[in-house]
Amino acid sequence: MSVETAAATPVGAGPEARRMDLLRFATAGSVDDGKSTLIGRLLYDTKSLFTDQLAAVEAVSAARGDEYTNLALLTDGLRAEREQGITIDVAYRYFATPRRKFIIADTPGHIQYTRNMVTGASTADLALILVDARKGLVEQSRRHAFLCSLLRVPHLVLCVNKMDLVDFSQEVFERIADEFTAFAAKLEVPDLAVVPVSALKGDNIVSRSPNMPWYEGPALLHHLERVHIASDRNLVDVRFPVQYVIRPQSTTVTDYRGYAGQVASGVLKPGDEVMVLPSGFTSRIASVETADGPVAEAFPPMSVTVRLTDEIDISRGDMICRPNNAPAVAQDIEAMVCWMDETRPLQVGGKYAIKHTTRSARAIVRGLHYRLDINSLHRDEAAGELRLNEIGRVRLRTTVPLLADEYRRNRTTGGFIIIDESTNRTVGAGMIVEAG
Amino acid sequence: MTAPAYQVSHLDALEAESIFVMREVVAEMERPVLLFSGGKDSIVMLRLAQKAFAPANIPFPVMHVDTGHNFPEVIEYRDRRVAELGLHLVVASVPEALARGLVRESPDGTRNRIQTPVLLEAVEKHRFDALFGGARRDEEKARAKERVFSFRDEFGQWDPKNQRPELWALYNGRHHPGESIRVFPLSNWTELDVWHYIARERIALPSIYYAHERAVVERDGMLYAVNEFIRPRAGEEQFKARVRYRTVGDASCTAAVRSDADTVEKVIEEVAATRITERGATRGDDRVSEAAMEDRKREGYF
Repeated sequence: MSVETAAATPVGAGPEARRMDLLRFATAGSVDDGKSTLIGRLLYDTKSLFTDQLAAVEAVSAARGDEYTNLALLTDGLRAEREQGITIDVAYRYFATPRRKFIIADTPGHIQYTRNMVTGASTADLALILVDARKGLVEQSRRHAFLCSLLRVPHLVLCVNKMDLVDFSQEVFERIADEFTAFAAKLEVPDLAVVPVSALKGDNIVSRSPNMPWYEGPALLHHLERVHIASDRNLVDVRFPVQYVIRPQSTTVTDYRGYAGQVASGVLKPGDEVMVLPSGFTSRIASVETADGPVAEAFPPMSVTVRLTDEIDISRGDMICRPNNAPAVAQDIEAMVCWMDETRPLQVGGKYAIKHTTRSARAIVRGLHYRLDINSLHRDEAAGELRLNEIGRVRLRTTVPLLADEYRRNRTTGGFIIIDESTNRTVGAGMIVEAG
Repeated sequence: MTAPAYQVSHLDALEAESIFVMREVVAEMERPVLLFSGGKDSIVMLRLAQKAFAPANIPFPVMHVDTGHNFPEVIEYRDRRVAELGLHLVVASVPEALARGLVRESPDGTRNRIQTPVLLEAVEKHRFDALFGGARRDEEKARAKERVFSFRDEFGQWDPKNQRPELWALYNGRHHPGESIRVFPLSNWTELDVWHYIARERIALPSIYYAHERAVVERDGMLYAVNEFIRPRAGEEQFKARVRYRTVGDASCTAAVRSDADTVEKVIEEVAATRITERGATRGDDRVSEAAMEDRKREGYF
């Protein structure tokens, strides 16, 4: 099988390819609003779809008697999904343009939507919500927008799809855009863009569509390539959860002690005065190192090794921060919890294991203030438990203090997972509202 | 990396994420092992492991599941690299397992499927509880849905419908004795990312990844090297071609692609331009059925 080689330097081959940055986005939509088609279109138009993948999809489509090549089959990877025509789980897709590499967390719209959407949104810089122009906003669109705001996804894009089926009507688009903007204003959505598209026909996907001259914004891909994500990182609050202590047992390197981890937020520099929690001891940063040598500063998402000027007892789960800017050291935690277990509900009095940054603890549920109806945002204060895909505000007491920030201020030091101690399954996701 | 902007390139971000994953495993698991085939992905993993624990040595052994169908260049590379890094190498041998009767040769002679019991036996024998694998989500659609920390029951099986949700960078590696976790630090890398990293880090690879002359036969639209495992069948003509390998697997079912790319830069250009996935272009074993990979993974394959 020969390899086709283009004359010009292909996308991703030039020296610029090593300087691209990375954007992670999650997609959400209801059944039949064209999400798979949109993803297929992005992959196809950025030449990220391979001919053998396309051929396989065409063959299966033909065998099933589909009238058109069903691009949904590209993302439905598991046998049960293909057999039942449903999507079970979050699928990850990759494409790149000369400016950016993109990771798509493609979350199914219908079953298990909350669990999957929350999972996909937890790491997303941007969320893309699709609606069908003929139907306008539906209950699920609002639900998806709410979950994105709960997970603090910094950028939101509403794609009004199937514009070709409403004669590319400006009026239809503006009605949907206005309605969504009004709804989003009630949530915490820092950045919102609304784009009219036709994923099937390619309008406003890669380039501006001549069919909608009234639309003055950028095409979707242009927006994804240029949306400003550098400022989303928290460079103010120094948080370095110690992941692993490096102490070489070797004859060539002696007396080395380095604290390895990934910078959660803030900027660390040699000479900086730091405080280590939970002990509260202070010291100075002697050096910030990587395998390629020392660096002048470290910031998110760098994985580095920090060395201090003093010998203090530090282990995994401790946090390096600044004396005048530290997270709470708290055993009483107020959090929004999304429950993800189908077998057993979260109940007051229940005991679980939790993982927060690099720290593990046990926790008991002391109270459930309310369960949130994510369609109406109504708070049900009489609720006694949280079932699969339900969200509520919970009070926890932990066995050891967590070194925690509010999730709205810091997604890394404000998020935690809940683990069932008997099955070891991840059963919940928590976002800290208050630690104290 | 320019300091004032506080931005990192996508390669730096991927590297940082992979290093985080590897440190997480060593901090939380008792007996990790890295699956090292001498293929480019496992070579990149080994480089990341070096970086994650420097200046200390890599704190876990490596394991090769040896089908006995090897490219000599790859075995030579494996042994050299293991010696350079002072690593302990565990070889789980398929020929030996065949001799003992643990597994039986499949009718078509390929050993891809029978690697699985051999792998699982070695995991049990050495009580490994975390296995680093070089699989990437862009390789294959069953893999697109796999977690970074992928739970396996006491039979080594993957249950795709019963995976643990994976949120933020909070990986759940908890398991009972006998169960294990497969860990895929390169989950978010693409083939092109791997090649850019190989170029940036100046990582040496087995020579068969670069264009060379080789005697081949064409079979099912793919070019197979003529060697001790593959002989021309009736009606097949042996000829010389300039080829390279995009993947390195069992020598009896891994095909080469025509290529003039004899340097890493040329390979990058070729990979960026190619319109066929690496598994589709080179793996006879993935062409068996729509769900070939999913089925093998369920049984405990890499």
